[in-house]
Amino acid sequence: MTGQIAIRVRDLKTAFGHHVVHEHLDVDVYDGEILGVIGPSGSGKSVLLRAIVGLKKPAHGTVEVYGDDVSGLEGDALRSVQDRWGIMFQDGALFSNLTVRENVMVPMREHTNLPVPFMRQLADQKIRMSGLETKDGDKFPSDLSGGMRKRAALARALALDPPILFLDEPTAGLDPITAGAFDKLVRELQRALSLTVFLVTHDLDTLAATCDRIVVLGEGHVIASGTMQELQRMDHPWVQEYFCGPRGRAATAGVK
Amino acid sequence: MSAPPRYTLDVTNGQAVLDLEGDWTVHTLGKLQPELSRLDVPDESKLAVDLADVGRFDTAAALLLDRIACTNGQDEIEVLAGTEGMRHLIEQARSLRPKPEEEIGPDDTHGFVDLLERTGRTATSFINEVIDTLAFFGETIVSMLGALIRPARMRWSALVSVMEDSGIDAVPIVGFLSFFVGMVVAFIGATTLAEFGATIFTVELVGISVLREFGVILTAIILAGRTNSAFTAQIGAMQMRQEVDAMVTLGLDPLEVLVVPRALAMLIMTPILTLVSMLFGIGGGAFVSWVALDINPTVFFNRLQDLVPLQHFWVGMSKAPVFGMVVALIGCRQGLLVGGSVQSLGHSTTKSVVQALFSIIVIDALFAVFYMELDI
Repeated sequence: MTGQIAIRVRDLKTAFGHHVVHEHLDVDVYDGEILGVIGPSGSGKSVLLRAIVGLKKPAHGTVEVYGDDVSGLEGDALRSVQDRWGIMFQDGALFSNLTVRENVMVPMREHTNLPVPFMRQLADQKIRMSGLETKDGDKFPSDLSGGMRKRAALARALALDPPILFLDEPTAGLDPITAGAFDKLVRELQRALSLTVFLVTHDLDTLAATCDRIVVLGEGHVIASGTMQELQRMDHPWVQEYFCGPRGRAATAGVK
Repeated sequence: MSAPPRYTLDVTNGQAVLDLEGDWTVHTLGKLQPELSRLDVPDESKLAVDLADVGRFDTAAALLLDRIACTNGQDEIEVLAGTEGMRHLIEQARSLRPKPEEEIGPDDTHGFVDLLERTGRTATSFINEVIDTLAFFGETIVSMLGALIRPARMRWSALVSVMEDSGIDAVPIVGFLSFFVGMVVAFIGATTLAEFGATIFTVELVGISVLREFGVILTAIILAGRTNSAFTAQIGAMQMRQEVDAMVTLGLDPLEVLVVPRALAMLIMTPILTLVSMLFGIGGGAFVSWVALDINPTVFFNRLQDLVPLQHFWVGMSKAPVFGMVVALIGCRQGLLVGGSVQSLGHSTTKSVVQALFSIIVIDALFAVFYMELDI
């Protein structure tokens, strides 16, 4: 870990009408780490992700990505910082009327002036990089299984080689073997491409297998952060129940 | 700001070295790529690259170098100077090379043969659509008869709710539009008939046209746009979220639960809406006649009663249940055909409205021929 901060969130407040999701929320994501974000349902994990990437306007506070304030940017200003990150949404959010290859090519068409044949080669390379086969590029998202869809979504997120990768529930709804393979893939790609990964998850195995550091959201702010081992020693009731329940023990046992 | 990528190819003693500088990323490579992809590197065994002066370097650049090596028949890239990360990326690009048979061929062509093929496909799918729609019609009729025989199995609350949604709630728009169409018919008729001094015949014109055609056609078209698409969207959304599958596993028949109440509701409500449409249409005609043509309402309605036979009303009315069924059945059928994707929902909704409008006009024409032959 270099210690340089990739994403710095300060005093963030987000709200839907009168319903306040976050208040006085501070998070740092260091360059080159995989940060896991957990928390009870409704604690605003996905909203935090949306607030960082500009999909949800924060009511108050700042979000800095590599030193530039990106909170509240709109239009062209937002577009100019968008190539710093790739996002994989929960269900993939692949465009259903495009093939997988065309899906991966969408950001390239939009943000670069590469010739189309090379774009296709690069898209195929990303598809292989995410563990799919080249011929899967011709398929439509509806023809893919859940695990393959996530891989295709990952390929699209990586299309422009962004330094930061956001993953929203990457292993939700996958069988344990597929989920394990996906965890490994994320870890490998993170090393190979020196990515900074912001990972929202509920999956204890994913946390144990991939994350360098974990942040626990609750009551509108960060209740705890640290490595899995550090969090297990914490005496916050929710954190205790989460990590020291039967599932938590099994997941950490698997790592050791 | 990123520095533009530049390269020089040094060949000394048969040893080629590609010396790169600047930022080599997916954003900067656009101009350079075509030139580089045709680059001829004489060395046979391997491609040597010097990355010492390169700023940023990403997978796109690694892929590009790897492609140069591939096209020149070199298996390996030797990195003379560069960071660990760059070596890593180049190594990764090499390990991810496509298998020879996977190389992308030229883009698919959309030529004349394709056009013929699509024409053929469309023709057969049209015929299949007609057959399937008729089959669905038959199935629904059977289910409806079943529901009539055993009224306890009928979903009465669903029926009433659909009757309100697609029947009562459509009264304002049906009435409003019919009123205006009635006015337009009266205006156009009056200006043309005035040339012959036969302005008074506007009454017959409005009466016959509204009773026989406009009332029922307007109602059907409004229902096709309003109710038919709603049916497709409702059932399609249920289909997408696997609610229909859940129904089947729980022993419920989707035809009985979803289609029969809708079809029956339309069967009841379309004649009522048609009546509303006829009343408002004639009202519109009477209004124009009164305001613009000085035919006062008493004269208008007396003449209507005396000179427009009742059979026109029955001809119009007889079509209403048919159109109602068409709208309901096409809407439900397309809804049940929705697949797993959002796109298919949109596709089905469009298709259902188009099919409904098409069928209404065609059936209306058939009715016209039929009644003409019967001299009604």
